[in-house]
Amino acid sequence: MTKATSRRAPRQTAMRYSLYHRPVALKPTPTHFCPGCGHGIVHKLIAETLDTLKIREKTIGVAPVGCAVLAYNYLDCDISEAAHGRAAAVATGIKRCLPDRIVFAYQGDGDLAAIGMGETLHAANRGEHIAVIFVNNTVYGMTGGQMAPTTLIGQKTATSPCGRDQVTTGAPIKICELLNTLEAPWHIERVALDGPAGVRRTRKALATAFQAQVDDKGYSFIEILSPCPIHMHCSPVEAVRLVKERMIPYFPPGLYRQNGQSMT
Amino acid sequence: MSKRVLMNGNDAVGEGAIRGGCDAYFGYPITPQNELTAYMAAHMPRHERVFIQAESEIAAINMVFGAAVTGKRAMTSSSSPGISLKQEGISYLAAAELPAVIVNVQRGGPGLGNIAPSQSDYFQATKGGGHGDYRLIVLAPASVQEMHDLTIEAFALADRFRSPVMVLTDGRLGQMMEPLKLHEGKPPARPPKPWALTGAVGRRSNMIRSLLLDDGVLEQHNLHLQRKFALIKNSLLKFEELNTRDCDVLIVAYGTSARIAKGAMDKARAKGMKVGLLRPVTLWPYPSARIRQLAAQVKGILVVEMSSGQMVEDVRLAAGDRAPVVFEGRLGGAVPEENDVLAALRGILRRSRGRKLS
Ligand SMILES: Cc1ncc(C[n+]2csc(CCOP(=O)(O)OP(=O)(O)O)c2C)c(N)n1
Ligand code: SF4
Repeated sequence: MTKATSRRAPRQTAMRYSLYHRPVALKPTPTHFCPGCGHGIVHKLIAETLDTLKIREKTIGVAPVGCAVLAYNYLDCDISEAAHGRAAAVATGIKRCLPDRIVFAYQGDGDLAAIGMGETLHAANRGEHIAVIFVNNTVYGMTGGQMAPTTLIGQKTATSPCGRDQVTTGAPIKICELLNTLEAPWHIERVALDGPAGVRRTRKALATAFQAQVDDKGYSFIEILSPCPIHMHCSPVEAVRLVKERMIPYFPPGLYRQNGQSMT
Repeated sequence: MSKRVLMNGNDAVGEGAIRGGCDAYFGYPITPQNELTAYMAAHMPRHERVFIQAESEIAAINMVFGAAVTGKRAMTSSSSPGISLKQEGISYLAAAELPAVIVNVQRGGPGLGNIAPSQSDYFQATKGGGHGDYRLIVLAPASVQEMHDLTIEAFALADRFRSPVMVLTDGRLGQMMEPLKLHEGKPPARPPKPWALTGAVGRRSNMIRSLLLDDGVLEQHNLHLQRKFALIKNSLLKFEELNTRDCDVLIVAYGTSARIAKGAMDKARAKGMKVGLLRPVTLWPYPSARIRQLAAQVKGILVVEMSSGQMVEDVRLAAGDRAPVVFEGRLGGAVPEENDVLAALRGILRRSRGRKLS
């Protein structure tokens, strides 16, 4: 290394850090997520949203049972745990008791679409004024990569070792489409962490969902297609490619419901 | 002057909840507690409080969890099969030390059973029910008046000990009408709840959780819970005693069974038999020490229950070999009759005379 570059390097680093500051709503906790996991990105985007909308002190989150169970170690707002699948019910209890607070539930696909499907549908159908953030990574991450309701046909998991078979296990459930059959929801959107543009769209979608509560509009639902390199059995880069090439064609991103109107 | 009104037990619980400061109620239809859910549907909104008919008992108990984390007073009610569904949620409430009130208007089981009154959920209520090392404060009313009063007390105890509290009653008490005096005056005082999730304004953010993964932390938390349970055991014990000073036979019974036992006791006394009654009002903590004392004085103990014999195990544990313990019970929604209890009392006295002779 020459003298000149070694003098320049620290200045560049300083500049980078001034660009990429930590959101106030994100605690300085070393991550426990696997390299390339989508949860960390979503956590940061939520924290940024709480900062941008200046709602950190009004917000109460509900963390799921799943890989994101430790969300309270990262997000610096009031947060409660919920039993597996029951985040929407817990969020309902919170919001009805404190209607002027911002309440969100954060859930994985096993949590939201399998064991918690009842709570998911009914909270949406009642039009609870909450935001549900649904991280769809096509597997049960925490318990070791089992088949989820959103596992793709042919996808190998711990409990579909030969690949998911539609005849015996059904087809992957499209939750946005399902929720869009209900009357009450205010905003339903699917986004994907398939690259920088996808991350930006996710940030925007989250802002819309939280803003809907600031404006007391109603129920919003953001599904985020997300990589789980560990249980997709590939590298982080490859996992993002899988989100793009395998997940997106089956789970089309886009606006399903806007301002209470179906967009499909 | 407090008003005297005629009410059924389920409504009396509902009115007790309202006067006890219940902020949010979450229910799901099941007989024989439906009057309570309907009462709350009619009255909670009038008081600008939260009522939701949940999509299941599981959703209801988790809505209770959500309401409780905000520091509000929350309640759910159900009957036996529905209470089984709530057990995971109750374990979470106990673990996270959240105050909440759960009412079980018991019916005959197991399975779908029937809709007749029963006391066969005693084990479930007092020995855990859900997973993990926890205890539930369990209150057992024996009249419509107590359905009302103990519901109010349940909210006070839940807040005081940061613990879920169960009101364990049955279909007969739920359905029957009796005059009662409604609670006048304020709900029990609300202790400060600095742990509640209300938005982190001017303080560090709060978290409510029961997942404790770090080495030894869960054991420490369990030890803390055990200390709390010990404190509850030492500071909270309620039971009623009738005619125990000179009794030769002690009946132990709670709730509906205690009412029948009391009738039998009165008949027995009229016939010259010295019979007393101990009626536990708290089923956990349990009046074991007092039963042990009385066991030393009596010739026998009769336990009357609407089950195959659940509470009787606690009585046997308390009595040890100080006195023989006899069980009289009916199962599957059947209710014991006074005459059967009377016959059992006679049997105990006869056998005790036999023992003396031999
Ligand atoms: C009642 C109950 N059943 C099962 C579990 C075990 N469990 C923990 S996390 C989980 C699924 C997590 O998968 P997902 O919701 O897709 O979230 P991810 O880990 O992928 O983020 C399961 C089944 C549990 N904790 N509680
Ligand atoms: S298992 Fe998957 S979802 Fe869980 S932390 Fe690892 S990459 Fe993320």
